[in-house]
Amino acid sequence: MEEKFDLIIVGAGPAGISSAIVAAMGGLKVIVIERGEFPGSKSVFGGVVYASEIAKLVPEFWNEKRIPIERRITDSRLVYMNDNGALQVGYKTGKFAEDPPNVLSVHRAKFDRWFAKKAQEAGALIICNTCVEEVLRDNTGRVTGVRTGRPDGDVFGKMVIFADGIQSPLTVRAGIRPEVKPENVALSVKENIQIGEEEVNKRFSVKPGEGVTFEMLGSMADDMDGVAIMYTNKDTVSLGVGANLKQWMVNKNTPYELMDRLKEHPFVKPFVEGGTLKEYTAHWLPEGGWDTIPKLYGDGYLLTGDTAMLFNTLHREGTNLAQATGRMAGEMALEAIGKGDTSEKALKAYNTRVMKSFVGKDMKKYKGFGHFLFKNKDLFSILPEFVGETCEEMLRVDGASKREKQARIKKNFGRKIGLMKLLKIGWKGWRIVR
Amino acid sequence: MSKIEDKLYTTRFKVDETPHLKIADQSNCLKCLKEHGQPCTIFCPAKVYIWEEDHINVVYEGCLECGSCRIGCPYTNITWNFPRGGFGVMFKLG
Repeated sequence: MEEKFDLIIVGAGPAGISSAIVAAMGGLKVIVIERGEFPGSKSVFGGVVYASEIAKLVPEFWNEKRIPIERRITDSRLVYMNDNGALQVGYKTGKFAEDPPNVLSVHRAKFDRWFAKKAQEAGALIICNTCVEEVLRDNTGRVTGVRTGRPDGDVFGKMVIFADGIQSPLTVRAGIRPEVKPENVALSVKENIQIGEEEVNKRFSVKPGEGVTFEMLGSMADDMDGVAIMYTNKDTVSLGVGANLKQWMVNKNTPYELMDRLKEHPFVKPFVEGGTLKEYTAHWLPEGGWDTIPKLYGDGYLLTGDTAMLFNTLHREGTNLAQATGRMAGEMALEAIGKGDTSEKALKAYNTRVMKSFVGKDMKKYKGFGHFLFKNKDLFSILPEFVGETCEEMLRVDGASKREKQARIKKNFGRKIGLMKLLKIGWKGWRIVR
Repeated sequence: MSKIEDKLYTTRFKVDETPHLKIADQSNCLKCLKEHGQPCTIFCPAKVYIWEEDHINVVYEGCLECGSCRIGCPYTNITWNFPRGGFGVMFKLG
């Protein structure tokens, strides 16, 4: 396979395929190397993609026949959970069901496959079942290609784009990216639970083809900084739960046990009860934020998406950041290879573009949000407990006057949290999200 | 409550004969048992690591390739590689 390409892309996920589409459409000779059986077969995510980013590469893709879209998200909810209940806020609008759509639930194994076909149609070569094991450099240290696990599996190119995901033992070994620290990732498990299309419509009270996302925070992960999601697909529900890996290590919790407990939670249970498990997965989320973004470029290479730790922890956005940086990396490759200069100096422009885009701006804006969650355990323990007790107090009609109830809440607040503590958490949180 | 085995049964695997995970030095695991309580046996979402009297048994066949053990082992005692191309977990949905 010793062949020379213009551009080598490692990984056929949303970032890599985006790069491939841009570069191949621009006339470059592109190879994408994927270790899975097919694009998407090694990919796991929460469950939604963002139409605006995809449309930049495949205009009006939603009109395509057999497009593997599960549902258009028309209802987005935030849920603050305690052990007995949940407080929720949400926004639902039929507008998001109209064209152009906004957020779409998809299965990665199906969607990435479709997306990869677009790269193939543009002329990119996609090689599956092939693991990239080593980064090849010349004697000046410049990246010149990759070594795959196949016999005679060296592939050479003018440039390499790393889109191999958050784990990326490849770039770690090559010294391109530092190894991930446990406190900078969330370990999450997800179950795909089949309840049937009609049941999804009924239980989540949505029209056919429309769906809901629940972003859940609270005490469902014991004392860990537990975050859970519940997204609707066509006939299944994606239920995920995760926490900072460091906390899993310290708290001695087991992911699948936590998942089983979540399914029994009074808020969650009615949605998934009686369903059949279709798939169980696990994955990391890069939650370290701005400070953990590695250098995005070097002599002959670029980093994209999860490999570059790009994830908006507050808004739970990841695939759009991957696709946007994938696209920008593809554009950079076109330009650099076109000019015949793929040196570190030339590729620095990619970093500038990423930082000037919403990707860099959002990462910077929410700098430290992941650590804010990690370091403020009260948000996941006494605060949700207090919120639950307050709601129950105010909603329970028991003959006590509302003033009495307010006094009880105030007392409970003073005992449990105290104004200073709340102000401190509030102030820290506000500084991050403002 | 379902068991982890029941969960993993729903996930598709193409198992390679050669393990992609290895314990570098089993004697560290004994130390870890006393000092850290062997977190890998607890946080691994696929229950790959099982302590059996004097050694850790690595059930790599059901590994979900999340990578947590690689960085979560207090002794960085786990040699972690991706399975060969085309092997390992193969998601149907993802």
